[in-house]
Formats: sequence, structure tokens, C-alpha cells
Amino acid sequence: MGFPHKSHPRETPVLSTHFGDSEARSLSGWRARGGYRALEQALGMTPAEIVNVVKDSGLRGRGGAGFPTGLKWSFMKPGDGKPHYLCCNADESEPGTFKDREIMRWTPHALIEGCAIASHAIGAETCYIYIRGEFTEPLQTVGAALDEAYRDGILGKSAMGTGKRIDIYIHKGAGAYICGEETALMNSIEGRRGNPRIKPPFPAVAGLFGQPTTINNVETLAAVPPILTNGAEWYKAMSLSNPKSTGTKLFSVCGNIARPGNYEVTMGFPFREFLHDICGGARPGHTLKAVIPGGSSVPIQTMQEADATLMDYEGFVANGSMLGSGGVIVFDDSVCMVRMIGRLARFYAHESCAQCTQCREGTAWVTKILERMENGGGTTRDLDTLLELSENMTGKTICVLSDSCAAPVVSGIQKFRHEFEAHINGKRCPMRSAAAA
Amino acid sequence: MTPAEIGATHAPGHAPHGDRAHAHAEEYQPVFTGAARAELDALLTRYPTRMAALLPALWIVQRERGWVSEGAMTEVAHVLELTPAYVKGVVTFYTMYHQHPVGRYFVQVCTTSPCGACGAEDVVRAFLEHTGTRELGVTSPDGKFTVIEVECLGACGFATPVMVNDEFHESVTADRVQDILSKLE
Ligand SMILES: Cc1cc2nc3c(=O)[nH]c(=O)nc-3n(C[C@H](O)[C@H](O)[C@H](O)COP(=O)(O)O)c2cc1C
Ligand code: FES
Repeated sequence: MGFPHKSHPRETPVLSTHFGDSEARSLSGWRARGGYRALEQALGMTPAEIVNVVKDSGLRGRGGAGFPTGLKWSFMKPGDGKPHYLCCNADESEPGTFKDREIMRWTPHALIEGCAIASHAIGAETCYIYIRGEFTEPLQTVGAALDEAYRDGILGKSAMGTGKRIDIYIHKGAGAYICGEETALMNSIEGRRGNPRIKPPFPAVAGLFGQPTTINNVETLAAVPPILTNGAEWYKAMSLSNPKSTGTKLFSVCGNIARPGNYEVTMGFPFREFLHDICGGARPGHTLKAVIPGGSSVPIQTMQEADATLMDYEGFVANGSMLGSGGVIVFDDSVCMVRMIGRLARFYAHESCAQCTQCREGTAWVTKILERMENGGGTTRDLDTLLELSENMTGKTICVLSDSCAAPVVSGIQKFRHEFEAHINGKRCPMRSAAAA
Repeated sequence: MTPAEIGATHAPGHAPHGDRAHAHAEEYQPVFTGAARAELDALLTRYPTRMAALLPALWIVQRERGWVSEGAMTEVAHVLELTPAYVKGVVTFYTMYHQHPVGRYFVQVCTTSPCGACGAEDVVRAFLEHTGTRELGVTSPDGKFTVIEVECLGACGFATPVMVNDEFHESVTADRVQDILSKLE
């Protein structure tokens, strides 16, 4: 299958096997496709055994930071007498990213199964799936799937009749990108403003309600059932380049590209072939200009850098960017980079929780300068001011929202300086005047 | 809980702002009675603290009333054993809670860069024109529509995504706007 396009022969569908297949949404449909066998298996294992399988698989967090999942789980100490919590991060608000949405709307039981396995592995009896409020369809499909799982006895006081309690609840967000940051997410569940917390203490020590907590992304958790079913070696073998990047990854592709959508490839797949063969390359009559490969918070790549990239955590870093969330934003020759970067800066200014001065002021100033430049009022000094501001916004705040705003600005000026200079020297946006002419 | 009890949680003469126009005309009608109260009580069993039910409680208020008035914030505070000021602090943090009444159809168009690169602004323009609202955030004279720009809706491959109340429309182009609107009563 595949959605919104049929799977391309060069894809490796694991998570996306049932995208577009509405029968996979129901419990009976999911069972018919092998569902809940992994959970049954997991409930017969000790937490340490599960953690070891996940460690051996090499699975790393798909939410943006790429932290090894098994290692994260091993920080939890089942049996320490404290309530443990699992939070599934389904806030998916990073511009360019829309993969968790497809997992939830096509295979909600894959996520529930992953959450239940992870809960057992970290000794948690309660899991909250934090779904952003705008995701009306995922809220509905995951909600319906949870009802079915409870009715069937998969969840509840005695999960699958094992006597182990596993409760999974949805917590609906209410519009705030920052609540995707793990400590802000916990505050939001607790009924607070979504301000990130200072770390340490880390969530595994004192997280949700002050108790040991693990936070994982939707895609990370959905990858766990197939790892248990097929084994760590199977997962680890899916690696085309660096052995530290294993398995498959869903990439969301959007912007100026022939076939936008979600595509799942093995880690290390050549980015050039991905963009041109799988996603169809540029729209007719256009050429590609730039790519932001990991959601809007990572540095922009030139096409030269993108063409040289192998799609894994190390491959993107080696070519001037990061894998991030896997949200690939493509720009072609029809768009103005100053305008696109300025609009991204406006996003961060809007979403800053405003706790830290560097972020609250920095995101707003950067936005104002870029919007003035786009409208023809830029000066050469502005470029230095932008870089200076970005410097002050990087590595100095409680969370990295501020750094995320600086990334496209700095890389944009470094790699597309000629577009900024054309605005300053011509005192107007060259693309806009071209369109008007 | 009686309306008098709710009223008692703030000083006399300080009618909540949002309800000022009606403060004397109608008494505040509590949301959390009957089924809504039972729904909240069930939610409370999911969390170890009452405060954690705050976001869900506000969602219930908005579903029942269309927005979250200061009177409702006071009621929620009372039910969850918080202060009205605390509740207001939380309400104002999250963009999806309406602090003022909005049109019967609340239209949100994503204009963040990925959608912006695919023509989102034309879609916004078409909505402003065809709903007669003309300006972002302003409700049309018949009370039917409010149109706003929203940040990334997490559906960037389906540019331009538009939400009309809880309904999600994918891949909207300016020429589809009239069609979407004509399907609303
Ligand atoms: C500003 C900000 C926004 C974030 N948004 C998300 C998000 O929407 N979804 C997500 O899974 N992770 C998001 N993250 C990353 C989380 O903090 C966290 O690292 C992740 O959920 C951990 O899960 P993983 O190890 O499975 O990747 C965000 C981080 C920051 C700083
Ligand atoms: S940028 Fe419009 S939905 Fe993400």
C-alpha cells in the first residue's frame, strides 16, 4: 500500500505497510495482519529482556534528537516502588513533518501496541498519548482503537489477562508547538502552561508528576512491535551506510516537489535518488534550489549538499544539516529564500513560550529584520545583526526552540547570501518584481 | 454546584470581563452539571492530580459553549480547586481556546513556509473574500465565519490544509474554497 501514493518499489515499507488500508484500523483487521502478537510475546518477557532487544536493534528516537531508545528505557528502574509513566509524543508540529499523523490515522493499533510494550519495558502502568488538538482525525482513530483494545482486554487492569495493569489515555493538546518539547509536554499534561523545564533533573529521574518518565515519539514506539516480532538482527541489518543508523525511517516530503507525501526507506538511502526517483523530483518547468531535510529546525542544504547525502543521522550531519524529524521541505526556483526563512522565523516567534530572553526577543527581532528586508528595507549591516542575534540564540536557553530559529537563518545567509544581497541592493524582493512584471 | 457558589469565588462588583454585557441580564449557567460533570469525573480518574484535568475540562467548556469565558474559567477553577488567575494563565497560553466568541464556522488556514511555498496565501485571500469577513480574525456580520492564519497543521504534504471547526480539508486550492463553503449550511 502507501499513502497518499502507492509504495514505490524502492521503498522498504515496515511502518507504512498498511497506510491507505482502512481495514487495518480496526482491531480485527489489525489482528488479521499479525497485530498484537508482539505484545503477547513482550508480556511473556522481563522488562530487561525487552530493553536488550531494543538496544541491540539500534533503534534511535524518531522525534528529532536520535537518542538510542533502548538506552533511554534502561534509565528507568522497574520495581523501585515509584509510579512510572510513559508519554507518547504525538504533538507533531514541526513544520515539514506529517508522518506521525499517518501512523495514527492508518495504524492506530501499531502505536497502541508499541506503547503497551514500552510501558511494560519501563515498568509503567500508565501511558499518556499527547496528541495535538488540531489532529481531529488521529484523535478520533486512536480514540476508537483504544476503546476496542480496552473492550478486548488488551489494555486495563489485566493486560491480555496477564495480571499486569497497562492503561493508555489520550491527552489532547490545545495549540502550542512548544508542547512537543518533552518537558513542556509533561507540564501540559499536568495542567500547566507549556513552559519547558530546566534539566536536570531528567525525566527518567523526575518527570511527569515528579515520577520517573520516558517520552518517545510516535514513530519510535510504532517501530517496536516489528522489532520484537522479527528480532534485533533483522532491524539492524536494515542499514545502507552507517551501522549506527539502523532500520527504516519515514520521511515526510513537502513544498515544491512533484509527489509530496510520506515515504519509508532504509537508513542510508541516497538522498538524490530519493528526491528524484521516489518523490518525482522538481515540478515540470522548475529546478530544485534548497532542501530543509529534517523539519524546519535544521540547517538548510544546497542541492549540491543534498545530492551528496546518504539519508541517516550521520549522513545529514556530514552534509551540512541533520536528520531531525525527517520532515523534508523542498524549495524550487519559484520561491524567495528570504521570504521563506522570514516566515519560518515568524513561526518560531509565534511559538516561543517567552521564558528565555534570548528566545523571546531574538525570534521577534529576526522576524522583523527579515520581513523588512523582504519588503525592500534591508541594509548590509542587517546580515551581521542577524548572525549576531543567531549566535546569542544558540546554546543559551532552557530548550532549543531558539536554536531552531537560528538554524535556517544562519545556514540561509551562509548558503544563499546572494538572495539576501539582491534584496538589499535592489531594495525590493527580486522574485516578487519578476512575478509582477 | 450553584451559580451563587461560583459567583462567590470572586469579589463582589467584579463581574468577569467576558460576561460583562450579560452579567446583570443573565446569571452564569454552569457547564459542569449532569453529563458534563460525569464526563469530568471520569476524566479525573485518569490522573493523579485534579490540576491535570485542566486542559480536558477547558475542552469540555469550549465544546459546550463555543468559547471559554471568564465566568467559565472561574467555574473550572472552582471544580478543580485552582484559582481563576491560574486557569486564565493556562487558557491564554494555548492558541486553540477561544477567549472571545467566534463565528459559527471557525476557519484556520496554514500559512507556514512549506504551505506558503505552495500558494497558501491565495487560499487565505479566497476565504476572506468568499466568507465576507475581509479581515483575518474578524467575524462576518452574520456571525457565521471567522478566518485566521494558523501555524503548521502537521499536514504539509497536503498543502494547503484548512480546518473548518473540527473538519480537516486537505490540498485546498483557492478555486476549491467556494465549494467548501457552499457545503456548510
Ligand atoms: C521545540 C521542540 C519541539 C519538539 N517537538 C516534537 C514533536 O512535535 N514530536 C516529537 O516527537 N518530538 C518533538 N521534540 C523532541 C522531544 O523533545 C523529544 O526529544 C522526543 O519526543 C523524544 O522521543 P524519541 O526519543 O522517541 O525521539 C521537540 C523538541 C523541541 C525542542
Ligand atoms: S506547513 Fe502547513 S501544514 Fe505544515
